[in-house]
Amino acid sequence: MISRFQIAYKNLLRKKARTLLTLVGIMLSSWVLVSLLGFNRGYEAALNRDIDNMGYQLMVMAKGCPYEAATMMLQGGTGLRYIEQSMVDSIVHRSEVDKVTPILMQAFFDPDKGDGGGIAGYFGVDAETFPTMKPFFRFRQGGWFHDEQAAEAVMGYEAAELEQREVGDKILVPEKNVQLKVVGILERTGTQDDGTIFVPLKTLQKISGIDKITTIGIKVKKDADSAKLEAALYQLPDVQVVSFTQVKQTIMKLVATARVMVLSIAIIAMLIAMAGVVNTILMSVLERLQEIGILKTMGAMPGDIFILVWTETLILCSSGGVAGIGLAFVFARLSDILVRRVLPYAPGGELVAIDLKLALLTLAVIVVVGLLSGIYPAWKAGRVRPLESIRSEG
Amino acid sequence: MTTGNGVSLAARGLTRVYRRGSEDIRALDGVSLQIRRGEFVSFMGTSGSGKTTLVNLLGCLDNPTSGELELAGRSIFGGGRALSERELTRIRREVFGYIFQNFYLIPTLTVRENVALPLAFYRKPGSEGEVERLLRLLGMEHRLDHLPGQISGGEMQRVAIARALVNRPEILLADEPTGNLDTQRSAEIGEILQDLNRSAGLTIVMVTHNPGLARLGGRLIEMRDGRLHEG
Ligand SMILES: Nc1ncnc2c1ncn2[C@@H]1O[C@H](COP(=O)(O)OP(=O)(O)OP(=O)(O)O)[C@@H](O)[C@H]1O
Ligand SMILES: [Mg+2]
Repeated sequence: MISRFQIAYKNLLRKKARTLLTLVGIMLSSWVLVSLLGFNRGYEAALNRDIDNMGYQLMVMAKGCPYEAATMMLQGGTGLRYIEQSMVDSIVHRSEVDKVTPILMQAFFDPDKGDGGGIAGYFGVDAETFPTMKPFFRFRQGGWFHDEQAAEAVMGYEAAELEQREVGDKILVPEKNVQLKVVGILERTGTQDDGTIFVPLKTLQKISGIDKITTIGIKVKKDADSAKLEAALYQLPDVQVVSFTQVKQTIMKLVATARVMVLSIAIIAMLIAMAGVVNTILMSVLERLQEIGILKTMGAMPGDIFILVWTETLILCSSGGVAGIGLAFVFARLSDILVRRVLPYAPGGELVAIDLKLALLTLAVIVVVGLLSGIYPAWKAGRVRPLESIRSEG
Repeated sequence: MTTGNGVSLAARGLTRVYRRGSEDIRALDGVSLQIRRGEFVSFMGTSGSGKTTLVNLLGCLDNPTSGELELAGRSIFGGGRALSERELTRIRREVFGYIFQNFYLIPTLTVRENVALPLAFYRKPGSEGEVERLLRLLGMEHRLDHLPGQISGGEMQRVAIARALVNRPEILLADEPTGNLDTQRSAEIGEILQDLNRSAGLTIVMVTHNPGLARLGGRLIEMRDGRLHEG
């Protein structure tokens, strides 16, 4: 006729505002918690993906030259240093090396980009070797350059999106007033390639009047001794060697600090939410002493009352938890943006990776913690004596 | 729960002393009394004379300081032995139904749900269909899905009576059941109680300040300073 679950549920509806506030607390803390756990998994995966998507594990460049497109663009290309293209030949013969590709990075100031202008990053790449380094590139439209000196460009997804370019459009290289024809637009990769404009190496060398290169990307053979190769490369004059395994380790170390911070926030949020649960349930027990007493006169055992109050806690925590995790799913991209703001280095793609398993795990944590915080109020309610409560109204 | 002589409740020297700080209050002072099956007993007396204390002890809602209580020949209290809350609960849900001056209905549950509430914890065989039957009997069938806030005080007490009866108790304890009602509603509740006593053979133990109501039962007991004066 009426179940205990209904009794518990209807009781929560009695103080709607209070129940709602408690729910919001649980919701927010489970949102934070699941996002954090998702971030812990997602970030490393994203970083690995980023590094795999470089296509090469080692880069050789002139000492002091920025090795990352983002840094280069920040400095407006002023920090660029060059190495001789002939260096490629001295590396390609080594036994550990699978493939080598020369790259020329250039940054031009484009007064029409964004508010008050911006930096456009151009990559001069070898039409023959570069595509083999990036076999995972997918074209949304068109394809690679037709020959190694063509006045053509392949645009990354975001670069094309930003300027509303289609294959066949002409783009003007800022500062240089050279026209290039767009022959390909890439699919999104979630890496910095998305914001880059690729041009045949020789073409970019001609445009910028530089016959050198900035970078040599090296793909190491599987199972080859990468450390030995690195040591050998350092013997080359005036170069720096960037190894992405090292970069990754450095980044992970930096991120560890950020992780600890976010973890503390999550724990605090959780504690606050749980204090809210204890408070809400305890209040509702104290307000209902007489009613609980009446339930006792009706034949409810202490255990019955305990379960009743515990059920209320369970309803609160599980519905708040489900709502919070739902929010985390829906707003995972928003969490990404927030996380990116606090992180020293954020790889592309999804940083906060929440899946069903993680969601269920988080829900379990919330329900367990909720049930723990429900023990005291439930125990207290179970001990209410019918008489005390009836009398207390005077 | 019947014994040969039809005695339902038997108290001997029932005493209840409350401690208030360093002071001892002898609320009930050696009360002896027998209540037979099917009796309708009313207690009257000035405020503080110990009526509630006595009824609570008779209803196993409280442990006496000393004295004995037998329920249908079975010893409940006696020899300084106190029952645990669990044991008391078991006796209460088997034998008693209670109504109070304040009706203690749960505001978020409908009339029907309030009456069914005891069944969520304990269901005596034969209680199927009791909710509707009792509400019909008490003239509440047109208010089944109303909330307590939507019905009158007299109607609330009817719901409380139905709730007290849903598990078919043998004894109904009523502590000032009409204390919150006007004369007209009090008389109606009195009639209902009298009817339950006469037609269903329900044993009723009632405390009241209303002389008209007190006369409804066959037996009227006056209380003064924790003692009985039966006349
Ligand atoms: N829990 C308690 N603690 C201390 N003293 C109590 C307690 N309950 C009752 N008393 C005292 O015991 C005496 C009898 O109280 P009781 O409630 O039985 O009276 P009553 O006859 O029901 O009065 P009323 O008509 O006002 O309901 C009173 O003096 C009262 O103050
Ligand atoms: Mg009283």
